[in-house]
Amino acid sequence: MRQITPSRTIQWRWQGSALAAVDRFTIVGFAELRFVSYNFPCEPCDRRLTLLICGNLCRARIAAGGLIRHLHNWEEIFMHIRKTMVAAAALFAFGAGSALAAQDRVTIDWWHAMGGANGERIDAIAKAFNETQDKYEVVAINRGTYAETMNAAIAAFRAGEQPAIVQVFEVGTLTMMSAEGAIKPVFELMEENGKSFDPKDFLAAVTGYYTNSDGQMLSFPFNSSTPVLYYNKDIFRAAGLDPETPPKTWPEVGEMMTKVIDSGAATCGLTTAWPSWVQLENFSARQDVPFADKNNGFGGLDTQLTFNGPAQVKHIQQLADWQENGVFKYGGRRNVSAPLFSGGECALFTESSAGLGGVRANASFDFGVAQLPYWPDVIAEPKNTIIGGASLWVLQGLDPEVYAGTADFFEFLSSSGLQAAWHQASGYLPITPAAFTVSQISGYYGRNPGADVSIFQMLSGEPSGNSKGLRLGSFVQIRDVIEEEMEAIFAGDKTAQEGLDTAVERGNVLLRRFERANQ
Amino acid sequence: MDRRVTFNHRVLPYFLLAPQIAITLVFFVWPAGQALLQSTLIEDPFGLSSEFVYFENFAFVLSDPLYARSILTTAIFSFSVAGLALTIALFLAAKADAVISGRMIYRTLLIWPYAVAPAIAGVLFLFMFNPRVGVLSSALVALGVDWNYLLNGNQAMMLVIGASAWKQISYNFLFFLAGMQAMPRSLIEAAAIDGAGPTYRFWTIIFPLLMPITFFLLVINMIFAFFETFGVIDAVTQGGPAGATNILVYKVFRDGFIGLDLGSSAAQSVILMGIVIVLTVAQFRYVEKRVTY
Repeated sequence: MRQITPSRTIQWRWQGSALAAVDRFTIVGFAELRFVSYNFPCEPCDRRLTLLICGNLCRARIAAGGLIRHLHNWEEIFMHIRKTMVAAAALFAFGAGSALAAQDRVTIDWWHAMGGANGERIDAIAKAFNETQDKYEVVAINRGTYAETMNAAIAAFRAGEQPAIVQVFEVGTLTMMSAEGAIKPVFELMEENGKSFDPKDFLAAVTGYYTNSDGQMLSFPFNSSTPVLYYNKDIFRAAGLDPETPPKTWPEVGEMMTKVIDSGAATCGLTTAWPSWVQLENFSARQDVPFADKNNGFGGLDTQLTFNGPAQVKHIQQLADWQENGVFKYGGRRNVSAPLFSGGECALFTESSAGLGGVRANASFDFGVAQLPYWPDVIAEPKNTIIGGASLWVLQGLDPEVYAGTADFFEFLSSSGLQAAWHQASGYLPITPAAFTVSQISGYYGRNPGADVSIFQMLSGEPSGNSKGLRLGSFVQIRDVIEEEMEAIFAGDKTAQEGLDTAVERGNVLLRRFERANQ
Repeated sequence: MDRRVTFNHRVLPYFLLAPQIAITLVFFVWPAGQALLQSTLIEDPFGLSSEFVYFENFAFVLSDPLYARSILTTAIFSFSVAGLALTIALFLAAKADAVISGRMIYRTLLIWPYAVAPAIAGVLFLFMFNPRVGVLSSALVALGVDWNYLLNGNQAMMLVIGASAWKQISYNFLFFLAGMQAMPRSLIEAAAIDGAGPTYRFWTIIFPLLMPITFFLLVINMIFAFFETFGVIDAVTQGGPAGATNILVYKVFRDGFIGLDLGSSAAQSVILMGIVIVLTVAQFRYVEKRVTY
């Protein structure tokens, strides 16, 4: 029996309900898979494997979503090929693969906004899909930021050159939803092409964001994240706090961070990324207070903002007061505050769960992940937080065969193995419970402590009308308004009440404007 | 006898002008017309429903009290950028003109920043002045300045003015230096022989002779500050904190490109276009009168 070196390790994955055998298998991230798939030597094939099988193995390594197995020698590989021959034959279409004719394929354009490592993962997903079948060719194209991608798609639609699939960030959801003549609802697409597609296969908090009032999915959830609390265990230790007990509530944040600052363990307690999303939008969901009336806008376009209620005012005022003694430090919009935490200046950081990779890469200290704190005098059992990220929308006006291919592709994307791999590699939430289970069984959360916190937080309690999500028009501008007013509050120019009142007033003008344009 | 050649051709002049006219029509008149048209419509982003609303978009924009503030912000920003960029460039050009050895190196190095895109210039300043990791912000903190442009509007304004002006200095420098080098040496030498010192020579001879260039640069710098600086703003402050750096063109970009409110954005563009036309006409009518060529 010949041992092969790790660089020649073959990672074998297949599709199907192999969950029972999952404990015997190791799931690796998609990035790792790509590394292996491009480095796997196809040519020096073992004599006992026919060229045909060898060729298909090469194809298999990047084929359809499933589980990945480290196999350590050719004997084992051979055995497994025999065992899984039936499934593999169906999936990899033995022999037929060589007849791929690229020019006959129907092109499905997929415009997305994922750069860097996640962009490469998207390419790998498209490539994997293209290699599992020979009818369609998914072409993934990066169109810049979320806003740029959405703009490009809108401009293309107006010019009649639209892509089949476009990735749209969650704040653009209502704009897409309101453009009835421009979008093809995903439930309709799947139905027309005879695909089973059940919203119940996805996490309720994720589907809630993208379904219509009848519970039908309008877009395909793809990358979702939610804010969590990161904390610096080294600072906790230095301040004499238990590094395994992060603050659960906002009063605890105040107490613990006062201790941190008084002890000199750090000069800053808490900082936050995405100020409006974390400290106001998700805050409202978690305390179960309305951000806007009519169920945060799910009930119609004639909604009014209500985030100047007592709970929000109290919280924002508390943050502003904490600015005085360093318990809180405002670090800017988006996630430009990240260096404050990863540089060891601040002990706590509220940031997207998808930021875990960034924190892991940049923090040179021991850190933990905890759920977003809440105010116990507002709510005893905090609600789930809401999602950020993006979903995939299908545009109108293309050939039926493009839609058939898009439906196939979405079916491919839904597979739990692919979802699990994407979740583990990108840090986005597993959007199906199956992907979560696969990751759990494979021991991913054991190896990556804190990666499951966001999921438990998403699952806390039944989503209420206040925690199902936000469906507001002109929301990008409303967020700007909120963050402008927050900055005025944190600079001490306005009280929280004044600032939030102004933000509501200014935001309502924008809502009426959106209502007017989308009648 | 007059030896001037004349062409009695009727079509040829139009033919020769055609490319320029075509370019003007396609790239200037047509988009401006589109903006005008769009500013009278309320439309969803996909253009599925469209309503003609006369001047409602303008009323919507102008009724916003923050718009007046944005105009004021833009005025402060533009005059500061133009003033700073012109002053520093003039100073550097005067100094570089006086250098005898290694002047090529100085000149080339001073021209470099012009090759940097505004957004990149913004990012460079962002790094240098980042409250946490910035080299220059540490220096400021060491000097006892409470440096935090994320919350301090005046500091944020200074930062974006600095980044925008820095980028424009090289362009101005190039023109000033060329102007100085084209100046007749005999004039300056004559003044020197008459006992005029370098400073006196500069203000009485060089600066007045540079007036046409200065005027041209003033117009160009104002237009730059009005239109091309949104990359800097977007990279450094996104109009914040609390709207302190929200200049008109950034608001157009935000509302139109990010917020997808085309009607309001178009109305703002038209207003901005009006402001720049008025400014340019005013500059040519009043400032140019004081310029002697």
